[in-house]
Amino acid sequence: MPIDLYVNATLSGALTGLVYGLMALGLSVIFGVVRVVNFAHGEMMTAAMYLAILLATAIGLDPLLAMVPVGLAMFAAGYVLQRTLISPFIVRPEYAQFMLMIAVATILANGQLLIFGPNARNVQVEYALDSFAIGNILLDKVRVYAAIGALVVSGALFAFFRFTLLGKAIRACADNYIGAQVVGLNVRQLYAITFGIGAACVGAAGCMLLLLVDVTPVQGPGYTLLAFIIVIVGGMGSLTGALLSGLIIGMSEALAGLLIVPSAKSMAAFAILVVVLLFRPQGLLGKQA
Amino acid sequence: MKTLKTGQRHQAGRRRVLKAAAATAALSGFGFPAIVRGQSALNVGVLLPVSGVQAFIGQSCKRGADIAPDVLAALGYKVSLKLMHADIESNVEVARVRAEKLINEGANVLVGPFDSGAAAAIAQVAEQKGVPFVINIAAAPQITEQGYKYVFRNFPTARDLVRNGLALIGDLFLATNMVPRSAVFMHVNDTFGQAMARGIGATMPHLTNLPFKIVETISYDRAARDLSVEVAKAKATNADFVLLVSRLNDAILLRREMVKQRWNPMGIISPGSPGMYEEQYYKTLGKLSDYPISNVPWYNPRAPLTAVVNKAFTKHFPKDKLMFHALNVGYTFEAMLVVANAYQRAGSSSPQPLTDAIRQTDIKSRMMLGGPIKFDAKGQVEGNLSAAVQNLNQRPTVVLPVENAEANPVFPWPSYKRS
Repeated sequence: MPIDLYVNATLSGALTGLVYGLMALGLSVIFGVVRVVNFAHGEMMTAAMYLAILLATAIGLDPLLAMVPVGLAMFAAGYVLQRTLISPFIVRPEYAQFMLMIAVATILANGQLLIFGPNARNVQVEYALDSFAIGNILLDKVRVYAAIGALVVSGALFAFFRFTLLGKAIRACADNYIGAQVVGLNVRQLYAITFGIGAACVGAAGCMLLLLVDVTPVQGPGYTLLAFIIVIVGGMGSLTGALLSGLIIGMSEALAGLLIVPSAKSMAAFAILVVVLLFRPQGLLGKQA
Repeated sequence: MKTLKTGQRHQAGRRRVLKAAAATAALSGFGFPAIVRGQSALNVGVLLPVSGVQAFIGQSCKRGADIAPDVLAALGYKVSLKLMHADIESNVEVARVRAEKLINEGANVLVGPFDSGAAAAIAQVAEQKGVPFVINIAAAPQITEQGYKYVFRNFPTARDLVRNGLALIGDLFLATNMVPRSAVFMHVNDTFGQAMARGIGATMPHLTNLPFKIVETISYDRAARDLSVEVAKAKATNADFVLLVSRLNDAILLRREMVKQRWNPMGIISPGSPGMYEEQYYKTLGKLSDYPISNVPWYNPRAPLTAVVNKAFTKHFPKDKLMFHALNVGYTFEAMLVVANAYQRAGSSSPQPLTDAIRQTDIKSRMMLGGPIKFDAKGQVEGNLSAAVQNLNQRPTVVLPVENAEANPVFPWPSYKRS
């Protein structure tokens, strides 16, 4: 097989991986701070994708631009969800939290099925079928734009946590729950904001992903699982790890499709997960417990 | 009061007799049984993938079941069918569970499920429980080769699909004077896709009139989110055309990806799989949906039964056209027809008499192309035929066989240009 085929596949996988990374960032943020495993992650992203479709249908808004209103809407939804539903479960056993989030996921998936029906939907942007040609290498335009969008959102998120007071306060909550309370931080409020930020991340990722794939109400669990794999491989709670892991998973899927058989693509992600769990259980960039 | 003279009376009498004879002939053609008994409703468990990756096709099939009571009444059937719908969620395990549930809730017979994997699972349940199961669409040969007593299929096996489909490919090349030398074979890796791949592997060496060789086989996941690697790999083979065994969503992804990767082979030809003639394919791809060819079992537009089905379909679904649901509605309706026909003859909803009656089915006048609906010892209907259906002007158009053709085939297809 020609070498440009491998270069093409690797680049294409890396671009998709960046979007996967952004999706997993939301999960990582929520788990890293609130310590709740969000089993409704995929369903929340699906909801964001439907929201982007509604905006595209109603006012012709490109999903790339829709990530701002969708991100805001998802932030609000995440904030309210945490304050009203999840907050009372923070001190309860983990299994109770799991059941709660699975219930939220089921309600979301079935609600979407009721409202939007079971058919796959998508948004056709003008550049959907275009590609950039660099010699023999073809880069899918939507994939490039989606990856750039993912990088911008990830960069903004890193900057928020590093340079803003609110971001530092959230990190303080994540590092030391009691300490944060002792110095007078409103932890309940910060948890809700964090959940909102995680939801906004997944909302933005949904808008990017909508450029690459169709959306169906039942797709949620697949993406939740993918996000878990990425977060575990990258290191629970590590934002850089999630992005790096997304890249690795995206590229490995593409290369596995070429080198082994295409139907073994998803197997590659699980293989990496097993290797990481065996040799570096804390994840690539995770801290040892 | 109007009176008739002797001659007129004779004429009127002759007309009446002719009308009665015509009606009798028509009804006997539809397999109307000789004895009509008063019967209670037959509980028909209809198992279809109404949600999940096959949702669109499942819903399309469901329409065939939904219109059945009206069509059967129009054909003069006196039996009543009570439909018990169950969604198998495009999932084999769910199919098994739902089949058991339907039987426990009183289903006398099962119909469905548009999927070989699900059909195999339901067949096991039907055999265990001793309840007849009439398959509408599923092609894996092994389903009717297990020695099952309660499983019946009015749909070609993968081997027959492939044989008919490949023969039509030969006819296509003759009709268009084209001699492609190579093909890349791409297929889904589910039960159906693998059965088709085995069928092609077994049949191709014996078809010496086909000028092309398969240079590479690429299988992919049915629920694939992205086919960029698969298409890149296929493009690298420089094959003349794509031989495709697909489902719906992957067929859409594949076509889009071909354009993105600026790959323009002579065309896409399916030797007998769904996807490219479905309404959703046209809706999603628009002009890009044109020119792929599917060699699939198809309906006979000139059959009297097609007209009756079309009327009921238009009444129930005024916004839709039968042609976009032809295969799904046609075979699902025919499965219901088999059940109603057997129930009327059996005069009982008990499993054994109903099963025996299904086994003795002989329906000559049908909607789909092919011979009579008559099950062999394995429960399989032989002689279902295929047509080459090409997407032209964003609708399925029969281009072969010549006697049924609505237009001439276009092969190779013109390059895609952005409007």
